[in-house]
Amino acid sequence: MQSVNKWFDSFHALNDINFATKKGEKVVVCGPSGSGKSTLIRCLNGLELHTSGTIDVLGIRLLKDGQSLRKIRENIGMVFQQFNLFPHLTVIENCTLAPITTLGLSPAEATERAMKYLDRVKIADQAHKLPKHLSGGQQQRVAIARSLCLEPKIMLFDEPTSALDPETINEVLDTMISLAEDGMSMICVTHELAFARKIADRIIFMDQGQIIDDQPPEEFFLNPGSERAKEFISQILTH
Amino acid sequence: MKDWFIEVLGKPNGIIIFQLLDAGQLTIYLSLIAFFGGGAIALLLTLMRVSNSRPLQACSKAYIWWFQSVPLLMLLFLCGLGMPRLFNIQVSPWTAATIALVLFTSAYMSEVWRGAIESVDKGQWEAGYALNLSFMEILRKLIVPQAFKYGLAPTVGFMVQIIKGTSLAYIIGFQDLMLIGKRWANSPVPGSEPFIIFPLMAVMYFCICYPLALYARRLEARSIKRI
Repeated sequence: MQSVNKWFDSFHALNDINFATKKGEKVVVCGPSGSGKSTLIRCLNGLELHTSGTIDVLGIRLLKDGQSLRKIRENIGMVFQQFNLFPHLTVIENCTLAPITTLGLSPAEATERAMKYLDRVKIADQAHKLPKHLSGGQQQRVAIARSLCLEPKIMLFDEPTSALDPETINEVLDTMISLAEDGMSMICVTHELAFARKIADRIIFMDQGQIIDDQPPEEFFLNPGSERAKEFISQILTH
Repeated sequence: MKDWFIEVLGKPNGIIIFQLLDAGQLTIYLSLIAFFGGGAIALLLTLMRVSNSRPLQACSKAYIWWFQSVPLLMLLFLCGLGMPRLFNIQVSPWTAATIALVLFTSAYMSEVWRGAIESVDKGQWEAGYALNLSFMEILRKLIVPQAFKYGLAPTVGFMVQIIKGTSLAYIIGFQDLMLIGKRWANSPVPGSEPFIIFPLMAVMYFCICYPLALYARRLEARSIKRI
């Protein structure tokens, strides 16, 4: 990502963002609300189109045409704060829809693959239920499995635990940790600093559309590079 | 058929009832044509309206805005009387009424459907795009199945409006229930006074519309329960 800017009308959501990640790297993005974290990762798969600058994902330049977007999305999975499962489809159908439609898998192959990843997030026994019959944590795990079914090279997480009840947060975090341990490249917007400390290779702290800090977690927590990051950490920890 | 009515109900009641029922059929046919023809155009308009293309959106918006702002009666006059004069062509009342009602229906129906589509959570589109589905794939497999429950009840409800709307077509000489009824009401035949004929016609419109209205209400109740 090079000198990326994003404007929402007159609001400068991303201000001269530069950063790069390596394969297998786990990056946690944090910062106060409205700081542009979500916008940042939504730009990576073109859910928001950046106003200026260049974004390259896995060697593909992200342009406004459908072609580059589809190529990039083929390799990026995304998990949302509100899960965004398809409520009219069962868990397994949620998982098989995209592989059948975009990868051209046969229903049997797609089902097999879906079961594999549902098993991976430990929810295979719920495969034939509708999303509304699952708890929030279960729904989010299904959403993770649904993304994995396209076998992406990078996973984006946009505050995956913010909409969850406290008691189900851990099951989702555990799933993410095990993904991380398997070497998946991850970019994760979250306020779960304990989780960040555990899996992150780097923590990016954002404020007002800018990247203020970009450090390994130990350094970030012990010796944040900026006053604002210090304030943010103390606010979260005293909560 | 006509004779049977006369035999049972006598003259002139048998003839009146037979003619009214006969004309009532035309009302139903015209409504059905307006519904399906208008629906087909509405489908296209709705697609254009929710697409990402600004020019397509603008075209659709302009069309809807125009036909929603013009009274149906005006449209009927335009199609039935204005156009034939302007281009010096013969247009049958059937054709004119069909065109006017299809235009009218398409504009309103596409607004109903757009509303239904926009009621579906934006997150569904985002999840679809994130899974690399295309606009049409998302629309077909995710949005429309969910929008259906929001759009069904108002669509059926709007059919009632169409049926009542067809009654205006009498003004350009379309021989529907309205025109035939009015003709009888104006005739000097005893037993066909306005105070008999008009209530009779009202009952017939009621018999066509009420079941639909009832059905729409039931659908609505069901969809509320489901949400």
